Amino acid sequence: MIADIKAFLSDFLVLGDPLIYGADISIVLSMVAIVFVLSYFKKWKWLWKEWLTTIDAKKIGIMYIIAALLMLFRGGIDALLMRSQITFPNEGFLDSQHYNEIFTTHGTIMILFMAMPFIVGMMNVAVPLQIGARDVAFPYLNALSFWLFFVGAMLFNLSFVIGGSPDAGWTSYTPLAGAKLDPGPGENYYLIGLQLAGIGTLATGVNFMATILKMRAPGMTLFKMPMFTWSSLITSLIIVFAFPVLTVALALLTIDRLFGAHFFTIASGGSPMMWANLFWIWGHPEVYIVILPAFGIFSEVISTFSHKKLFGYKAMVWSMVLISALSFVVWLHHFFTMGNTAAVNSVFSISTMAIAIPTGVKIFNWLFTLNKGRIEFSTAMLWALAFIPNFLIGGLTGVMLAIAPADYQYHNSYFLVAHFHSVLIGGTVFGMFAALHYWWPKMFGHVLNEKLGKISFWIFMVSFNICFLPMYFVGLMGMTRRMYTYPEGLGWMPLNVVITIGAFGMGIGFIVMVYNIYWSARYGKRDKTGDPWGGRTLEWATTSPAVEYNFAHIPKVETADAFLHMKEKGTTGQISKAPFKPIHMPNNSGKPFIQAWLMFFAGFGLVFEWYWLAIPAAAATMLVMAFRSFEYHDHHYIPVEEIERTESATGRLN
Amino acid sequence: MMNENVEQHNAHGGFPWKHVIGLILSLALTLIALWIVVSYSFSTTFTLASIIILAIFQALIQLLFFMHLNESKSRVWQIIAIGFGFFTAATVVVGSLWIMAYSL
Amino acid sequence: MSSVASNQSNKPYEPLEYSTEDGRLRILGFWIFLGAEIVLFSCLFATYLVVHSHTAGGPTSKELYDVKEFMIETFLLLISSFTCGLGTHELRRHNAKGIIIWLIITLLLGLGFIYMEVNEFVKYATEEGATVGRSAFLSGFFVLVGTHGAHVSLGILWMTSIIIQLAKRGVTAVTARKVFIVGLYWHFLDVVWIFIFTAVYLTGMVL
Repeated sequence: MIADIKAFLSDFLVLGDPLIYGADISIVLSMVAIVFVLSYFKKWKWLWKEWLTTIDAKKIGIMYIIAALLMLFRGGIDALLMRSQITFPNEGFLDSQHYNEIFTTHGTIMILFMAMPFIVGMMNVAVPLQIGARDVAFPYLNALSFWLFFVGAMLFNLSFVIGGSPDAGWTSYTPLAGAKLDPGPGENYYLIGLQLAGIGTLATGVNFMATILKMRAPGMTLFKMPMFTWSSLITSLIIVFAFPVLTVALALLTIDRLFGAHFFTIASGGSPMMWANLFWIWGHPEVYIVILPAFGIFSEVISTFSHKKLFGYKAMVWSMVLISALSFVVWLHHFFTMGNTAAVNSVFSISTMAIAIPTGVKIFNWLFTLNKGRIEFSTAMLWALAFIPNFLIGGLTGVMLAIAPADYQYHNSYFLVAHFHSVLIGGTVFGMFAALHYWWPKMFGHVLNEKLGKISFWIFMVSFNICFLPMYFVGLMGMTRRMYTYPEGLGWMPLNVVITIGAFGMGIGFIVMVYNIYWSARYGKRDKTGDPWGGRTLEWATTSPAVEYNFAHIPKVETADAFLHMKEKGTTGQISKAPFKPIHMPNNSGKPFIQAWLMFFAGFGLVFEWYWLAIPAAAATMLVMAFRSFEYHDHHYIPVEEIERTESATGRLN
Repeated sequence: MMNENVEQHNAHGGFPWKHVIGLILSLALTLIALWIVVSYSFSTTFTLASIIILAIFQALIQLLFFMHLNESKSRVWQIIAIGFGFFTAATVVVGSLWIMAYSL
Repeated sequence: MSSVASNQSNKPYEPLEYSTEDGRLRILGFWIFLGAEIVLFSCLFATYLVVHSHTAGGPTSKELYDVKEFMIETFLLLISSFTCGLGTHELRRHNAKGIIIWLIITLLLGLGFIYMEVNEFVKYATEEGATVGRSAFLSGFFVLVGTHGAHVSLGILWMTSIIIQLAKRGVTAVTARKVFIVGLYWHFLDVVWIFIFTAVYLTGMVL
């Protein structure tokens, strides 16, 4: 009996690694600390009523962004651990298994649990405000999306202390990721964690498409929408049509692993390459899902801080539409080296290069917006300006990689690693940092400190280049990705030392940014106007942070850059002008939170193949959905007196 | 658009012609497809091509006769959503078959 | 444009399910979701077609599929789509009783379809040794057809819940929207079945 329990625990808990013991202790300590702080300050009820049950897009957006920053920390620690291992030849800091686990979790977390929630968070914060709406189309579904993402991320992160991390790379290629070569719960965590988060993201895509298509303020035609809203619309469209592919790919591999099917096994006629095929049918559009919102943010920031209208608005829009269609027809370039015919490789090579055209159009539009502008070097603007050259390096090396015959040289080398970090950090992460500084006052009512912001920008941006430029060269020298160590005498060491220095530099830049968040919360300049930057779009027309219902009166839109136009005409006061009418708002609900956690337990049951847990939890999930279907009183009206009170508290009511 | 709705309203007042025609067409197309296959009198290419075309027609019948695809004010967006779905679906199926024809 | 309509009747006709902002939003949202469902099924179709010939010495599609069985399944679903459409037709006449009758008939046809399909699966597994783990082809077959079957089963549960709500509350803007959307879902499953009928069963007879 005791032997049984011992055997179970040694499988269930990850034992024997001091790094993991350290993580165990810190997780327990931080849990205790959170519970203590919440109890000591009697904040449990506040937490439940204000946050866990909220269906207000602005708050959901903030929760997404907090989660993204936490995941950036976790993924960043993974990166630093990896860099520590391969700085010098023949190091023994991590063994090969641990290294495999860390590069797997680093990649998965950074793409799906950092980049995705960051962009979805920004969409939640900004899109309803930018189009002059009171919330998204389906606020309840929006909360469910967030909690599904959250429990998916939790399930995935649980793996390294319970059961063991996935270790087949973030692409989880079969047959390596199949049941035969990779038994145990690790890969199941990957499959189920991503499945939960992916379903949440799919719902977000549907939600924001409906929101942007149907809930724009009167007068805001499609071609008067702010560019970030446009990019969110196109992103949502790609999400809706790409994420089902991930859903299927994950489900098929899950069925392979759990129920003995043969989709991706070598035995019994399975097709291991079919996994790569399905994964990248989703995976390539996913690249555009994480980059297009960043493009939208750069458009907003560059236009605002150049004090100029965005150059080539229509070209910007049409290039994004073109990208959305092209993004679905290039996926094979991720596996040119699988050895397909010349015809297949050529077609996908050319379609890949074609994407450079609309992207190039956008780069020129940003440059022409800057041209003769009155440029203001705010922190947000610095991130946007740094994006252009850094992204360009990533983009051009991408065109190099698109040349199928040459790809046989670059494939899976550090050249490739450098390429996608150039575009993902230089594009997406810079974009999110720009957005963080730009919309921070709109989220929290105070501005982030500019001086600290600029310090963190310079440290991070310079370190980023110290880290990733040498990677191109070490890649050309023959170093391949995912190798956990290398012998002496290859001449790789000097560059690897430089790369590691750069990596830790980025860590320092991030710490300065976090300190800035802390400092600004305590001492930062409060934003009383709601418009700290001289904004052009409607999110700046309301207070900072925006009131629950966003706008007391829905603004009327006549032109693009609607708020700038209102300021010029002197009609900004219309939004808070009495008399008011009661405002229809949806009720808060605890059901999304409960349903998502039930799905977490169903998922956890599947990870360990504990059907006694998975089946009841899944049934309970269905019950919650049924209860929701029978719920008819799910909205309320905010009375006029309360609107008057809120509006006079903001000082906007005369 | 309102005109159309009025006509539909009148149509809905009476016998559901639209649905009956849809049913008859879909049953007929199904039987034609079955006949093409079980008669074994055509080449494989012709058989496959014709049953795929018949299936697409059937799908359109469902979308137009039963699902009222083009009736709401947002019909443009509904058609774009379904159209982009079919575009992606075709890409996935044709692309996968082409790519996987040469590998394990 | 509304003036034209009001010339012809005092009240411009607008179906009840579109009469509220919420109803319009949800119907559009559901269409977008159906776009996503098309892609979901297309991946299963692609996988099935890729592994169709990978039978690993097990039963092939020609050996398994039975014309009579899959034709009955097809007719059951096609007719259920028609009866479900009549439910929507009655919805436009605000006739709660009519809707409920047609939806119940739809449900029964759907149950008949599920009964046939379960029988088919059980027969394959017990008589032919054709299970999901036998070969890649059978994995593809059971997951594609089974996913559709799971959708139909979910649709049966969902439609039951809508019928109860309709019986309790009558035809309102909210229940009208719900009836309309569950109808969209049901018709969509028929569209998917047409492609299963074509790409799985008919093609399986030829190739």
